[in-house]
Amino acid sequence: MPTMDFQGKQIEVDDDGYLLNLDDWTKELAVELAKQDSIELTEAHWEVITFLRDYYKQYQIAPMIKILVKEIGKAMGPEKGNTKYLYELYPGGPAKQACRYAGLPKPTGCV
Amino acid sequence: MAKGPNKEELSKLDYTLPSTEWMDTPVEFKPGTFCWGAKGKNLQTVEFPNARDWTPVEDDWKLPQEWEGTVLEAMADRLSKYRSFKLFMDICVRCGACADKCHFYIGSGDPKNMPVLRAELMRSVYRKYFTTPGKILGRLAGARELNVDVLKEWWYYFFQCTECRRCSVFCPYGIDQAEITMMGREFLNLLGLNTDWISGPVANCYMKGNHLGLEPHAIMNSIEGMIDDIETITGIRINPSFNRKGAEILFVTPSGDLFADPGTFTAMGYMMLFHELGLDYTWSTYASEGGNFGFFTSNEMAKRLNAKIYAEAKRLGVKYIIGGECGHMWRVLTQYMDTWNGPADFLEVPVSPITGTRFENSKSIKMIHVAEFTADLIKHGKLKLDPSRNDNLKLTYHDSCNVARGMGMMEEPRYIIKNVCNNFYEMPEDTIREKTFCCGSGTGLNASENMELRMRGGLPRANAVKYVHEKHGVNMLANICAIDRATLKASMEYWVPQVSVTGLHELVANALIMTGEKERETNLRGEPLPGKEGN
Repeated sequence: MPTMDFQGKQIEVDDDGYLLNLDDWTKELAVELAKQDSIELTEAHWEVITFLRDYYKQYQIAPMIKILVKEIGKAMGPEKGNTKYLYELYPGGPAKQACRYAGLPKPTGCV
Repeated sequence: MAKGPNKEELSKLDYTLPSTEWMDTPVEFKPGTFCWGAKGKNLQTVEFPNARDWTPVEDDWKLPQEWEGTVLEAMADRLSKYRSFKLFMDICVRCGACADKCHFYIGSGDPKNMPVLRAELMRSVYRKYFTTPGKILGRLAGARELNVDVLKEWWYYFFQCTECRRCSVFCPYGIDQAEITMMGREFLNLLGLNTDWISGPVANCYMKGNHLGLEPHAIMNSIEGMIDDIETITGIRINPSFNRKGAEILFVTPSGDLFADPGTFTAMGYMMLFHELGLDYTWSTYASEGGNFGFFTSNEMAKRLNAKIYAEAKRLGVKYIIGGECGHMWRVLTQYMDTWNGPADFLEVPVSPITGTRFENSKSIKMIHVAEFTADLIKHGKLKLDPSRNDNLKLTYHDSCNVARGMGMMEEPRYIIKNVCNNFYEMPEDTIREKTFCCGSGTGLNASENMELRMRGGLPRANAVKYVHEKHGVNMLANICAIDRATLKASMEYWVPQVSVTGLHELVANALIMTGEKERETNLRGEPLPGKEGN
């Protein structure tokens, strides 16, 4: 399995760069992962990451994009609960890119 | 496909054969044309052998000691157990009728994707160890030894077959290539040579009941989200039940319908229809997967995963089961379930409570396809339908391989579409019904790292869609399979971006006039209905 060096620690990731162990995640690591994509995490980015991590804690799976949009809208207002807003924050896709920074595994199956 | 070739590059195909003989042409692991290796923890969950993390591009596959013996012993065992396998190893005359029928060969030009040659990868080993001419004459008799290079070649090409069985339709002997691929994967499985995209869902399904690993509260949360949307669209609040003992019917569908678009719209469709009928049915959060990725590892694993469907039907005390829109699920159910997990003598022959139709075709498995159920309702005039609500769509229908070739269902979906939509156009005859082309990503090949192969395999289907798009303005591709709904979406975005993808019951629910509904402004996707665009 591939690993990434971070703060002197070897962190296991899968072949697509998703963390293998949820517990390896730290805020600093999220900043570093985003930096590799030339993204600087703002407060708006953190809102999404925090939501994703909370959702995962409750349901053991990353939310599908429809739920993400709806829930963000409920919690933070309709101006943020839309796909356009989320794609502007995460051009690589709010599901894929934001989940990777949040340390969540990617879902598999008929998806 | 961010990193791979664009469609102009990818459609430049070269069908020239390599200058070397096939046995002397080594396999090349080209990025974008294979899946990641299985993770040890997922193999461990289902007690599969040689559980460890491994990477296909590394030289060392961390094979167990004496692995050759393991494969040959298993081959001897399956040859004695499955008469079909023995027959398919012996009878091919290499006429070549199958050669250009495979979507992977058409889309890649790689001769080892000709079904005849893909099978030859295994037949050559069979001859060496199980036939007298092969033992004595070796290569002269088309035989070769099993070694690590052969094993890698097996792995690469048996995960470049989607077991769609189109080639078998054209084979004068009826050789079922899917069974050869299934045996190939079964042997690889004994050495821990699984893919991540298959073994992950298998482990999830074993532990949590479905491929995605949705726990009961996640399933209910997802369905509640759909109920909210249905209420917004129709003004009707529906109230489905979960794990309810004494319900008449258990409903089982692939988990992709619960957690990925456009599958979720199909799931909303089932629920709206069942609500309107007042059907006495229940969801199960245990039998929460109709699909069976175990079927892509070994027969034994498929059987273990499938067992929960009857077990749950028995526990809940239902009379029979209705199954949702899925592809390989129906091959498993109609061809294997009865002998694997049956007899289901605690269930009754399905009878529609609305029309009284007795589904004799389902006498043994006691499970009917939702399309059969709905077609029967329409035939008896039990649904109020307004097909003009789908007038923004020009549809074509993709026969999902396993439903068309694996269970022979071709008329019902078309009958439904023609009753709920006004604009329907068939793709060319050679690409539909029993000759349907695969979506290009079935049998668990739908991983994102495998995207180049998927787009190559998806080319023949996409080409037929492009034809009806250009000729008739088709803008929507209907299908009845969860893998289709996920993979054709990617394939259309790549090859024919003007065409979107839908399940059948999304169309049904859009057209369905429900008792007490408000005037609908949008379809299930929240887009304005035809004529309501200005609102």
